[in-house]
Amino acid sequence: MAGASAFHLGGDHAHRFESRAATRETPLVKWLILGLSLTFFVIFLLMPLIAVFVEAFRKGWETYITALVEPDALSAIRLTLLAAVISVPLNLVFGVCAAWAIAKFEFRGKQFLITLIDLPFSVSPVIAGLVFVLLFGAQGWFGSWLSDKDIRIIFAVPGIVLATVFVTFPFIARELIPLMQAQGREEEEAAVVLGARGLQTFWYVTLPNIKWGLMYGVILCNARAMGEFGAVSVVSGHIRGQTNTLPLHVEILYNEYQFAAAFAAASVLAVLALVTLVIKTWVENRAAQSHKDANRDDAS
Amino acid sequence: MKLSLIHRSLLALALGAGLIGSTHAQTTLLNVSYDPTRELYHEYNAEFARYWKEKTGEDLTVRQSHGGSGKQARSVIDGLEGDVVTLALAYDIDAIAEKAGKLPADWQKRLPHNSAPYTSTIVFLVRKGNPKNIRDWEDLVKPGVEVITPNPKTSGGARWNYLAAWGYALKKSGGSEETARSYVTELLKHVPVLDPAARGATNSFVQRGLGDVLLAWENEAFLSVNELGPDKFEIVVPSVSILAEPPVAVVDAVTNKRGTGKTAQAYLEYLYSPVGQKLAAKHYYRPRKPELADPTHVARFPKVNFITIEDLGGWQAAQKKHFADGGVFDQIYAR
Amino acid sequence: MAAAKTFRVLPGFNITLGFTLAYLSLIVLIPLSAVFLKTTELGLDQFWNVVSAPRVVATYKLSFGLSLLAAAINTVFGLMLAWALVRYSFPGKRLVDALVDLPFALPTAVAGIALTALYAKNGWIGQYLDPLGIQVAFKPLGILVALVFIGLPFVVRTVQPILEDLDTELEEAATSLGARRWQIFRHVILPILLPALLTGFALAFARAVGEYGSVIFIAGNIPMVSEITPLMIITKLEQYDYAGATAIATVMLMLSFTLLLVINGLQAWTSKRTGRDR
Repeated sequence: MAGASAFHLGGDHAHRFESRAATRETPLVKWLILGLSLTFFVIFLLMPLIAVFVEAFRKGWETYITALVEPDALSAIRLTLLAAVISVPLNLVFGVCAAWAIAKFEFRGKQFLITLIDLPFSVSPVIAGLVFVLLFGAQGWFGSWLSDKDIRIIFAVPGIVLATVFVTFPFIARELIPLMQAQGREEEEAAVVLGARGLQTFWYVTLPNIKWGLMYGVILCNARAMGEFGAVSVVSGHIRGQTNTLPLHVEILYNEYQFAAAFAAASVLAVLALVTLVIKTWVENRAAQSHKDANRDDAS
Repeated sequence: MKLSLIHRSLLALALGAGLIGSTHAQTTLLNVSYDPTRELYHEYNAEFARYWKEKTGEDLTVRQSHGGSGKQARSVIDGLEGDVVTLALAYDIDAIAEKAGKLPADWQKRLPHNSAPYTSTIVFLVRKGNPKNIRDWEDLVKPGVEVITPNPKTSGGARWNYLAAWGYALKKSGGSEETARSYVTELLKHVPVLDPAARGATNSFVQRGLGDVLLAWENEAFLSVNELGPDKFEIVVPSVSILAEPPVAVVDAVTNKRGTGKTAQAYLEYLYSPVGQKLAAKHYYRPRKPELADPTHVARFPKVNFITIEDLGGWQAAQKKHFADGGVFDQIYAR
Repeated sequence: MAAAKTFRVLPGFNITLGFTLAYLSLIVLIPLSAVFLKTTELGLDQFWNVVSAPRVVATYKLSFGLSLLAAAINTVFGLMLAWALVRYSFPGKRLVDALVDLPFALPTAVAGIALTALYAKNGWIGQYLDPLGIQVAFKPLGILVALVFIGLPFVVRTVQPILEDLDTELEEAATSLGARRWQIFRHVILPILLPALLTGFALAFARAVGEYGSVIFIAGNIPMVSEITPLMIITKLEQYDYAGATAIATVMLMLSFTLLLVINGLQAWTSKRTGRDR
């Protein structure tokens, strides 16, 4: 996620650029850019999304609902939520710690550490699943020890959670690091000099500054956690009603020729993605708002 | 806020543990199977649970896991606790015996008929009216014919397809290793897509409108015609095809550990009973004892001249020669 | 900056860095080291044989070539889209802005199925392309479409903040000096955007190389023609060849790591050039 810090203070900039002659394009160029970019947007983003919903409702509402209240679907939804609920807080704590250490202190090998944190992001999901098989599979490093103790990691819930944690590992840290670096450390230093303890400093000084970025990181992390397919597929075992997550359930239904049901399950994931994006927009608006307020306070 | 999140995650962990724990409460079996058996075992599991309750008073839940045959075998090797495996070909169960020692090497002798309670074969699925007039293997390599088959490296069904084609060319008059090889090479040139699994290939053909003919399990072909539109597809039975024996086995290492040996054994044996044979025939598998199945179901199966995997030297030899890295399949594409 | 090294006012360095390293090792480094160790089961010769087999090399070419192409397409159109989002007002702009992140959030398998449904011969888009002799699904072109989809947010999201921060004075000054619009873009704006564009490009590329879920549905998976590298790993696994699978995984891992180092280097360069605090 290096630098794909998608979190930006919303607000409409168009007016600033459109109101000045020097930053305006001729209408022809403007419409060309708009036309091309929006066509691109429609073909590559909007159409797939619409396709999911059209296919989901092809056989009507009833089929749609039936597909979702079926016990296997419900258990898949439960497992998906469980994996997200565990992996997001873990990565949240990690993200805050890592950002604190990296943004507020200087040490050698920092760039290298950041690159290591980024690694899961560009590792193929297939490899992400494979590593846990190598570690915890019956033929893996801890395989015989685990089987003696009758602990199941892969082909059970813990393996799915582990794979999810791995895949979503960098999201929050990567959102916070640039943000906290940009904010510098003067405010925290002042607080400490004035006698605040470490956690107090974090809670009352740092957190208010980073809360929106933090929230955005959590949202992205959560979205990815619920949607992961490749890595989870390798470690799941595909036991119906037990180790199937929602994305895997989609694949199963698709393979059972239940296309409407498959797309219905897919649409749940799409809705989750959309809700995520709505929350994200809201968060950005709030952030922009508080940013503006802060500026006004400074001015007065 | 952080505290409450940690709190929540602990709660969720406890919940998760509960989920795992609860599965031990009653007897469960896990049947690790390949893709096209979904419908068969869905019905069979319920039937067997009823039978088992009557016989022993035990409540039984049979769970299913489906996927490509090779992938499923690998999962069992890596620790997926399947009490029984019901896979597409003996080679995959051999692998479990060989790589993980979870069942004895002579597992195939433990149940009647090579441990295959039902059989199938490879047929052609063509579009309604058979517009390209495909009657036999030779027609597949006519100009302009596109053939859909999955990737034999990753799909069990595709290996049967491939070997059926090979066997046809080998056994026909004047056939030899060389003619078989050139026939299969030519055939693969007509394949535009190699899906990783049999179901994916069926989807490409049926849903995406790709290709003129699908090489498929007979049971998959019947299912496609009946589920997805009798008005859209027809089945063509070639002059010669291969006798596909999808085997079943108890995974001793798992059942010993879980104490489910008896149940698992009974589960598989019941497949040979009238109920099991009837269900197999209903779901388009050829029953080993047709006299036990519904005659109307049995009547659906046309007569086919079979070659067997033994004619081609058995699975171990066939795998090594054709599908291993650097084997004939790789050589064909390396050109 | 250097002073902080010797004198730290803020508390918590040891504990946060300690936790960071421990968690990083536990979740990422130890698991990934398993890949390297498994690979050592092969001798150097065998390793080389596996990773340089013609069929594997063909997948590198396809995966890397198409990922480069997809990243390039995303750079051009991503820049246009970011430009439109920042500089123009048009109806539905908020919606467009929000939906740009969709590929982050939509599960890859869903994306794959949806794209296949669209671009197959009988799909919404495919049915119009087919008479023109253009086949998308099940061809390398289909893989490209999937890779463009998953990489789309990166360029938009890296370029957008920079565009928003751009001062109008810069362009006004250039205009008053007599520069034409295109010249301004070429010589004033583009150099400022270049680091962000490169970062976005590299990120989209890195993501695309490893992608599996969405590609596998739409790729034809024909050896030497439309097989991607992650599929080779899966194929090796299906043959119970773990060492072979990890050998290819090792190649991909080393490449990912190198790429990320380059990206992070680019970012350091960006912040120096533009004076933005990273």
